[in-house]
Amino acid sequence: METATDIVLLALLAATAVGLVRIRNLFAVVMLAGIYSLLSAGLFTVLDAVDVAFTEAAVGAGISTVLFLGALALVGHREKKPTRTGRMQVLPLAVVLITGAALVYGTMDLPPFGDAANPVHHRVADHYLEETYHEIGVPNVVTAVLASYRGYDTMGETTVVFAAAVGVMLLLGGGARRRRGGAAPASESESE
Amino acid sequence: MREELVLRVGAKVLAPFIVAFALYVHFHGDYSPGGGFQAGVILVAAFVLLVLVYGLEAVQQVLPPRFVQACAAVGVLLYAGTGIVTMLLGANYLGYNVLAHDPEHGQHYGILLVEAGVLITVFGVMATIFYHLAGRGRSE
Repeated sequence: METATDIVLLALLAATAVGLVRIRNLFAVVMLAGIYSLLSAGLFTVLDAVDVAFTEAAVGAGISTVLFLGALALVGHREKKPTRTGRMQVLPLAVVLITGAALVYGTMDLPPFGDAANPVHHRVADHYLEETYHEIGVPNVVTAVLASYRGYDTMGETTVVFAAAVGVMLLLGGGARRRRGGAAPASESESE
Repeated sequence: MREELVLRVGAKVLAPFIVAFALYVHFHGDYSPGGGFQAGVILVAAFVLLVLVYGLEAVQQVLPPRFVQACAAVGVLLYAGTGIVTMLLGANYLGYNVLAHDPEHGQHYGILLVEAGVLITVFGVMATIFYHLAGRGRSE
């Protein structure tokens, strides 16, 4: 049953990805990107990573879609036609094929998927799973690892999120506000 | 969209429940999936819904852009400040054990505090980005 779910979800993911590349209407592309995130969230749920699935559904399928739509309102929703069509692009095809082959070759060195003897399950994971309840007293191990054992990492991530807002404010905020100086009353009357 | 009665009433009814759900996801993060990050995003979703139905200006009167910008910084400061408090109490940076009389409660308070920092930052950042994207087109 789980295998069947995996196959269906992965097939839908692949189909969505192909659609994302081929469709030129950016409105449809944004919707497909949201669907892609929702399918990924389903895949994470199958893998028992509900915290990740929750984040993916809320951020990827929810807020990102809204932000993309906000960006589309500024740039228009038709993608420009590629300048060179009809000819076979040999160099890009070669780059993609070689990179893909290298990645597939790299996976051969990975430990078997889902094996309990994998190194990733035997460094600190045992300690987290066995001692969380005594040391932290929190049933959700993910929260304990995120906020306590790995508190430094989460603080760094919070700072990165903050930096994202600073970046957007620098890129979009300053110029718009200066230009808005005279136009502000106009936009207010427009809302009446 | 501002003339649609069903949308206006629907959004008004839904928004408080979305906010309550965000708080549930935050405070119940110790026991179930979720935490500050997801809660912050869900909290923003409530205001995004209101912006889509009632317009940017109306929502910005309730939630001014300067307030959400301050939120983005306050969350990081709350997180980092928790670490400094634990240092002043004699433990390592972000060592929550000393925050209460016994280590387990200390860990509870510490996790809640830093998760609150994450929530406030994520809420402020997402709202800031959304305001900038949604507000840019109409000033020109």
